[in-house]
Amino acid sequence: MEAPIRAREALGFILFSLLFSICRSSSLNHLLISNAERRIDLSSHIVKVYLTLKVENAGSTPTSEVFLSFPPTQVDHLATVEALVTKGKRKKTTLVRLDVKPTELPDAPNDAKYFAIYLANPLKSGESTTLEVLYLLTHSQEPFPAEIAQSESQLVYYRDSVLILSPYHIKQQTTFIKTPSTKVESFTRVEPSNRAGTEIKYGPYEDHPPYSFSPILIHFENNSPFAVVEELVREVEISHWGNLQVTEQYTLVHAGARHKGVFSRVDFQSRPTLNGASSLRYLLARLPPRVHSVYYRDEIGNISSSHLRTDSRKSELEIEPRYPLFGGWKATFVIGYGLPLQDFLFETSDDRRYLNFTFGCPLLETVVDKLTIKVVLPEGSKDPSAVVPFPVEQHLETKYSYLDVVGRTVVVMEKKNLVPTHNSHFQVYYTFKPIFMLAEPLMLASAFFLFFVACVAYLHIDLSIRK
Amino acid sequence: MAAPETSTAAVPTLYTNNTLRNAFGGVLSFFILLLIGVLAFSIRLFSVIKYESVIHEFDPYFNYRVTQFLTKKGIYEFWNWFDDRTWYPLGRVIGGTVYPGLTLTAGTIWWLLNSLNIPLSVETVCVFTAPIFSAFASWATYLLTKEVKGAGAGLTAAVLLAMVPSYISRSVAGSYDNEAVAIFALIFTFYLYLKTLNTGSLFYATLNSLAYFYMVCSWGGYTFIINLIPMHVLLCIVTGRYSSRLYIAYAPLVVLGTLLAALVPVVGFNAVMTSEHFASFLVFIIIHVVAFVYYIKGILSPKMFKVAVTLVVTVGLAVCCAVIAVLIALVASSPTKGWSGRSLSLLDPTYASKYIPIIASVSEHQPPTWPSYFMDINVLAFLVPAGIIACFLPLSDASSFIVLYIATSVYFSGVMVRLMLVLAPAACITSGIALSEAFDVLTGSIKFQLPGVTSNAEVDAGETSSDTSEAQTDEVKAEKPDDTSKNRPSKKSKKKERELAENPPAKATAKAKAKAEKKRLLALPLEASVISLLLLVVLGAFYVVHSVWAAAEAYSAPSIVLTTRSRDGLHVFDDFREAYAWLSHNTDVNDKVASWWDYGYQTTAMANRTVIVDNNTWNNTHIATVGTAMSSPERAAWEIFHSLDVKYVLVVFGGLIGYPSDDINKFLWMVRIGGGVFPHIKEPDYLRDGQYRIDSQATPTMLNCLMYKLSYYRFVETDGKAYDRVRRTEIGKKYFKLTHFEEVFTTHHWMVRIYKLKPLKNRIRGKAKKSKSKTSSTSSSKRSGTKKKNPWL
Repeated sequence: MEAPIRAREALGFILFSLLFSICRSSSLNHLLISNAERRIDLSSHIVKVYLTLKVENAGSTPTSEVFLSFPPTQVDHLATVEALVTKGKRKKTTLVRLDVKPTELPDAPNDAKYFAIYLANPLKSGESTTLEVLYLLTHSQEPFPAEIAQSESQLVYYRDSVLILSPYHIKQQTTFIKTPSTKVESFTRVEPSNRAGTEIKYGPYEDHPPYSFSPILIHFENNSPFAVVEELVREVEISHWGNLQVTEQYTLVHAGARHKGVFSRVDFQSRPTLNGASSLRYLLARLPPRVHSVYYRDEIGNISSSHLRTDSRKSELEIEPRYPLFGGWKATFVIGYGLPLQDFLFETSDDRRYLNFTFGCPLLETVVDKLTIKVVLPEGSKDPSAVVPFPVEQHLETKYSYLDVVGRTVVVMEKKNLVPTHNSHFQVYYTFKPIFMLAEPLMLASAFFLFFVACVAYLHIDLSIRK
Repeated sequence: MAAPETSTAAVPTLYTNNTLRNAFGGVLSFFILLLIGVLAFSIRLFSVIKYESVIHEFDPYFNYRVTQFLTKKGIYEFWNWFDDRTWYPLGRVIGGTVYPGLTLTAGTIWWLLNSLNIPLSVETVCVFTAPIFSAFASWATYLLTKEVKGAGAGLTAAVLLAMVPSYISRSVAGSYDNEAVAIFALIFTFYLYLKTLNTGSLFYATLNSLAYFYMVCSWGGYTFIINLIPMHVLLCIVTGRYSSRLYIAYAPLVVLGTLLAALVPVVGFNAVMTSEHFASFLVFIIIHVVAFVYYIKGILSPKMFKVAVTLVVTVGLAVCCAVIAVLIALVASSPTKGWSGRSLSLLDPTYASKYIPIIASVSEHQPPTWPSYFMDINVLAFLVPAGIIACFLPLSDASSFIVLYIATSVYFSGVMVRLMLVLAPAACITSGIALSEAFDVLTGSIKFQLPGVTSNAEVDAGETSSDTSEAQTDEVKAEKPDDTSKNRPSKKSKKKERELAENPPAKATAKAKAKAEKKRLLALPLEASVISLLLLVVLGAFYVVHSVWAAAEAYSAPSIVLTTRSRDGLHVFDDFREAYAWLSHNTDVNDKVASWWDYGYQTTAMANRTVIVDNNTWNNTHIATVGTAMSSPERAAWEIFHSLDVKYVLVVFGGLIGYPSDDINKFLWMVRIGGGVFPHIKEPDYLRDGQYRIDSQATPTMLNCLMYKLSYYRFVETDGKAYDRVRRTEIGKKYFKLTHFEEVFTTHHWMVRIYKLKPLKNRIRGKAKKSKSKTSSTSSSKRSGTKKKNPWL
């Protein structure tokens, strides 16, 4: 839709559109950022950026939207953007979460993409507020060299702009970059910049106009395994007999520098720190408490290398893949477990039931490229609706499981590019009459009854032609 | 199950006040049978409980893969399946070379369950197919033995079969192999044969051919049936037991059975062309001649009959001679005399070791040792002779069949340890008969000597049922049935008459029983009976304990995952699956993996990679090529593998943890099989003074061959001494480099090592051309031609 409208604007309403854009950009120019501090954490393969913006309304009209802009290359890897605002006076500050939504601005230079932060209270003229923004980037560290041998450590590039890309004028800005170790091969120097330990400091830079951009490249060692789940299918099956069965199918890949040449077990076993430093040896999955019947297997059988630790608040499942994963190596596996239903299924006041369960992947420090959650509702449930705190694709399916006749409704939710911060709760509401629970036992009982009746009948009927 | 039971119980009319008791016996034996089924199923679940629900060993993986294909692609695709992922570059026509019975059975079960919306995976169905069919087999044993010696013997035989270790070894959960289904089919075919023989019903004869068809679908061992039944028919004819029932039992089986057998693609025209089937046709002709003679005898006067006989015999002899001459000429024209290698090695136990090392190399094709009899059939071995004696008292058509069955199967089991499986049901049946008869006698004499004969309720079910059959026999004898009713009771009465006519002094148990029943004489003393009963129970208990132990400890290991118990808990060696999973996820889907043929099925099933050879050893030359490569020096091996488009070489190595069945221990077979086709590989080159060794005394050929190098590459770095825990010695050559291969994966316990062929390097002109000319020849026949000339060096 956007393109034809724009074409029409360009053709017929040039004047109007020009005026409009001027208006919009001028409304942007009301705001300015008096101070910006950015901390980029590169210690794992998920890039965490903490941005503290002090926004000031220099214009005359109150505004309630603050725009963040990202270069198009970053937007593709942007997993989540969250914004908080500090409320209250000096001591008693509380953080309030704000709505963040992707938006379009008509005059975006070089296809920059925008996110709008909606302030709770409009920012009046002359006022200022401090926003805390957190955004996570995945797949943003490029291994270089792209292929390493077993004994080499993994070096990666990180590219960014030293100046924060913003539609607003920034008076003063500083960027801190935290690297996982002190081994930094090189970094672009933009004075004033200096490196101390694992931290590189850029800035402060004064007075940069909107859309200032100054690329930097940091080449550093990052031996944390790049655990990426290419595809994760979680199936949550509700049984009103008291169990919640979760089955998770993983396709795991080590997305770091590709392994090159020989894999020598003797080196790997005898010198574990030097060899395969970036290899993925185990994963930790955080499961809900009171988990039972946990299994960990793949398509050719059980994988015996796992440990489960449970306490009253959480369960931790430590799993080792069948083999250590080097860069580019893949593995698939399935984790399944049962949970007590009363911990997750609740009733609303209007007699509907809802499942409250975590979205996202229970594995720590992993990126999920594509997640599909299937909530299998019991047979006979109606009017399903899902409430998810962030936009997902949804559709319904039907699944036939043990002795189903009409099939079970499955609510399918799909989301791309997930990080552990997406592990928030979602709800699936539905209505269900408990009488349906008896359908299958009754069916079985009647089938057996008919069978026995048939047997009795057969034994008492004489089918012979001749006496 | 219930129908025949109640009918048996309903027969006796003499004991009219006992109908309730008989009905009770029928219900009791029904529940006993149900429990036997449960026992047969559950005793085989040790592997699932101790390990996991997984397919076992080698062949089951192939069957599992075929079943997966069947369930995914459907039956028509399955018949036409040409598998290009094995026997590269030849491929294999799976649909036409596989016995489809097992696959179709499991596929049908899976389809049935899924159409009832029971979402079991194909793997689960495959894992539990064998235990389910063991339950069926024990029920079939009950039916078969009931045809021979009544329900009591039937129940005893069924319970023995449910837990006979020999059968357990092939049918634990996960052992998804042809035999699991085939033993049921075998017993059931025999049951239907005997049922037809006893009743003369064409209905059962048709069912019999269908059961035979199922057996042909399931296992190559169907030739045992098609030879044993003719033998029995011949025996009956020779001993003057020809009857129209025999004709009905045999002729439809041959005609229908052969037609049906020819429908199975793997058998096809073999059903009429190979020597394994000739016996059945010969007997088919004989039985017709005999039937004709009996018919002529019926319509001619004795004098005319004599004239006719002389006439026919002279003409017939001439014709027969001509026909036999033609047949012999035909058979002699084929090099193996029309027999397949495996069948020949049955007839001549030394055949395989002389001519076909590939058959001899399989451990299950070796002759068994004496302890393995004790291990596999345990106390049955001692009960079998008693059972055979019991079969002779009185000898009926059915019991003579059992005698013949046990005699032939004992011979076959002596040739090949694998055929112990055929012996097991026979041993169970005869032992069941022996035990049941012994119990009959002993309890009978106790009952006779106790003053009040009111202890009926305490008598166990087996005894009740045999009482029933006994009563039945008595009743029929009293009736003296007319000739028109050609059913079992009449036959039994004939038996009785004969037995009465020539009754030698009672010395065996069964005879004593008959007398005790008849005249209430010759009963054993009370104490002796009680003690013998106790001893028999102890014997049975010993059998049960042994079977459970065998099921739990000896036969439950899936062999793809090994466990050892040590002081600090259970150690799991899951290296095979580690390697296969690695191959499956981290190599290209079209890469070819070379390994010794043992691992072919597993590689295709678990890793989904193309293999050069696999456990279906149909092409000796191809296997010899791999054997030659493994026993050649690195460079020559690289060229062989490269010419076969191999990307990875997989070897199994147990030296680090002491896993004895690794490739180094199998290596001599590779040399032998390779040397059988490519004469430049000579076994003595690998032996020092006739001894196979890998230590410093080993021959240079041995220390330089590919298998040695791939197994021991960098092994010395693990402990500094390179001590091989399987061979219990330090290896001969510790430090060496690989020039044409590189290690790409070694599992956690070093059990599987995977090497990659290094790519061609830029070489000087002359050499490059040479290798090019070699690799360019792609057709296999051409390649093997050049190979024989070229010593690969």
